Amino acid sequence: MADEFKPKILGIVCNWCSYAGADLAGGGRIQYPPDVRVIRVMCTGRIDALFVLKAFADGADGVLVSGCHFGDCHYLAGNFKGAKRMFMVKRLMKSIGLDDRRFRMTFVSASEGAKWGAVITDVVKTINELGPSPIKEFNK
Amino acid sequence: MMAEKKKTTTKKTDAKKEAPAKQVAKKQASPAATQQKPSIGVFICHCGTNIAGSMDIPAVQEYAKTLPNVGYVDNYKYMCSMPGQAVINKAIKDNKLTGVVVAACSPRLHEPTFRTATKEGGLNPFRFEMANIREQNSWVHMHDHDGSTEKAKDAVRIAVAKAALLQDLFPKTVPVERAAMVVGAGVAGMQAALDLAAAGIKTYLIESTPSIGGRMSQLDKTFPTLDCSQCILTPKMVDVGRAELIDLMTYSEVDAVEGYIGNFDVTIRKKARGVLSMAEAETKGIVGGGCNGCGDCEAPCPVIKPNEFEVGMKPRKAIYINHPQVVPLLYTIDFNACIKCGLCVTACGEKKAIDLEAKDEFVTVKVGTVILATGFDIFPIEKKEEWGYKRFENVITSLEFERLICASGPTGGYPVRPSDGERPKKIAFVLCAGSRDNTGVGKPYCSRFCCMYSLKHAHQIIEKIPGCLPIIFYMDIRSFGKMYEEFYYRIQDEGTRFIRGRVANILEDPKTKNLHVFADDTLLNRPVDVEVDLVVLAAAVQPMADTDRTRKLFGVSCTGDGWLQEAHPKLNPCGTTTAGVFLAGVCQGPKDVPDTVASAEGAASAASIPIHKGEVELEPYFATCIEERCAGCGMCVNLCPYTALALVEKDGRTVMEVTEAKCKGCGTCGGFCPGGAIWMNHFATPQIVAQIDAFLLGGGE
Repeated sequence: MADEFKPKILGIVCNWCSYAGADLAGGGRIQYPPDVRVIRVMCTGRIDALFVLKAFADGADGVLVSGCHFGDCHYLAGNFKGAKRMFMVKRLMKSIGLDDRRFRMTFVSASEGAKWGAVITDVVKTINELGPSPIKEFNK
Repeated sequence: MMAEKKKTTTKKTDAKKEAPAKQVAKKQASPAATQQKPSIGVFICHCGTNIAGSMDIPAVQEYAKTLPNVGYVDNYKYMCSMPGQAVINKAIKDNKLTGVVVAACSPRLHEPTFRTATKEGGLNPFRFEMANIREQNSWVHMHDHDGSTEKAKDAVRIAVAKAALLQDLFPKTVPVERAAMVVGAGVAGMQAALDLAAAGIKTYLIESTPSIGGRMSQLDKTFPTLDCSQCILTPKMVDVGRAELIDLMTYSEVDAVEGYIGNFDVTIRKKARGVLSMAEAETKGIVGGGCNGCGDCEAPCPVIKPNEFEVGMKPRKAIYINHPQVVPLLYTIDFNACIKCGLCVTACGEKKAIDLEAKDEFVTVKVGTVILATGFDIFPIEKKEEWGYKRFENVITSLEFERLICASGPTGGYPVRPSDGERPKKIAFVLCAGSRDNTGVGKPYCSRFCCMYSLKHAHQIIEKIPGCLPIIFYMDIRSFGKMYEEFYYRIQDEGTRFIRGRVANILEDPKTKNLHVFADDTLLNRPVDVEVDLVVLAAAVQPMADTDRTRKLFGVSCTGDGWLQEAHPKLNPCGTTTAGVFLAGVCQGPKDVPDTVASAEGAASAASIPIHKGEVELEPYFATCIEERCAGCGMCVNLCPYTALALVEKDGRTVMEVTEAKCKGCGTCGGFCPGGAIWMNHFATPQIVAQIDAFLLGGGE
């Protein structure tokens, strides 16, 4: 086993709000831990529940989905539809005994660079507290 | 017919444009998206020291060489520069690459640049993927050298995995309607509409109040030149009313928006005005009728209401015009106040201009581009209770003062104390009233023009009331514009007193109604208590209340304070993230008149480009149906926010069909489809899953 736990956290974020917010955090040189890898999609509505489950099956220690605030979606209501699916994923995780704190959906707008930094810091802190995903054991 | 393609002239284009759906389905069957084995070129940018200063670029480069499907790796100091792009161009040709990954800044900044470079190298521009190692890596992990290097390796691996599965895509070209819309007819909206019309573009100018002119028409003089605001604005208002290509719709609001750049269908609600214009009367067959602005109806009207234009300091009737210079010169009935006594109808007589039973009307117009110029409102400064606005009669806002000092205002241009009508002898101006306020009550930002108009007010007082002393309480004087600092010196020389200190509290002498202004004079380092006759609060500005509703209709983002968000503050200050929607004036953030007009001209220019070009390219991120997998359940049809999807019968089966022109590529259908039958171009399920797998399973040690 590795001496130090380095969490593997996947972020799937929408192009218009959260990805832009993350870029703004960069422009503002807001510092946060480097443990999250971000994949960009056009809208959180694009995110299939299976993407999240696939990441956990692959051994992700945590998954973060982030989109526009409700009412702010670039595609009217894609984030509502995405969020509905994501809440279903959370319920599913509970019922299979996977700590649902490993998965989070947040809402960060294009103007909220500082919030993006705070969200990532908090996600990484939570996953560090929870430790490695139990699914990793099955993948060995 | 809709997929009309003029731009791309290669034979390849023609061969592929015919049936993208089928083609995709074929590719889906054989997951390797190309016949050829993928060979990806990885190009790592130093961005000077922006990236190279925070991570080990040679290590990332060595790592990239070990990745599957990578055929070429290189780095360059500035990848976006001409020589940098030449590196990409040459590598594609020399190494027969099938895809390109650039690890550099954000795709939101330079994706278009590198797509062009990819295209120049002979590849389809959509065979390009970007790894963001600056905004989301080197800049946010500046002191974690190892962490950012590892993250960059992962980012490259993820990008390569996607690039290996990318396909050729062809943007759809759509025609652009030769018309534009401007929402809001203040000085920004008017300028934008005049510019568009001058460029030969039919322009719909929508204004929610009965007259155009906006905030600027309420002002008396403008700093620093002391031009009379009405004198420079009224000719513009008349021009707008007269311009043949401007279709002016006052007392109207945007009700619904559909479509996309080039083809917006905007529904306008024309609020019931109760008064017919001459043109409207003519269409209704009333010869020589309609409102000519004579005002005969106003006199008999028994209902009295406060006049909004005069900030409530003058009365108006239920049938009214707000001031004599309104454009269009057309009366309006305030149906919330009207008691329908009919006296105005009698007074109007043969002109038959008044219809007490008028209803809201809806019209839909088609436009190619839209400019939002919804302006600002005054922060409700009574929330800052310590300054006593609305508690003490002699505490007023700057906008009220502006009307009091305006020759056409309620006092004929000679300011008086509201409590007794006396001429004030000592007036305190409180700057940053609600601006630069981090208490949570006011606004954190600088409202930008309050310093300058307060200096102007001080000048006007000295000019109009001999012996009157203006005292300005300020934190800093921000006189940043052309000739502004010179104006500040002039006001200092004229005898205005300046006290540097934020006003802590204002108390009223109940007998004289004079006010005691308490502040810390931070230059003399002592508290002061100044007795004055009148206090003018330079209240902060905030977006108009209905800006939020309007921006959501057009899909425009806003900042935490509600100001509309531009696409990029420096590189695209007039554009928004919704293609074809532009911003002008203060709705984007506080601006003085020169900046507002400049931004309006910028927005008009930007909005006219697609119209003059005649066609726009839409990003080809459409959904397509993989018919053999589609069960025809129709779940996606309900999810689509744009009614782009429909169920159709094909070969005896029910399958989904996409109307590409309506699809905006959000992927909400693809995120749900239980059968995995929807292929989202450029964000297809296999591509995203490849990214997830590449991150979590693909090496990494």
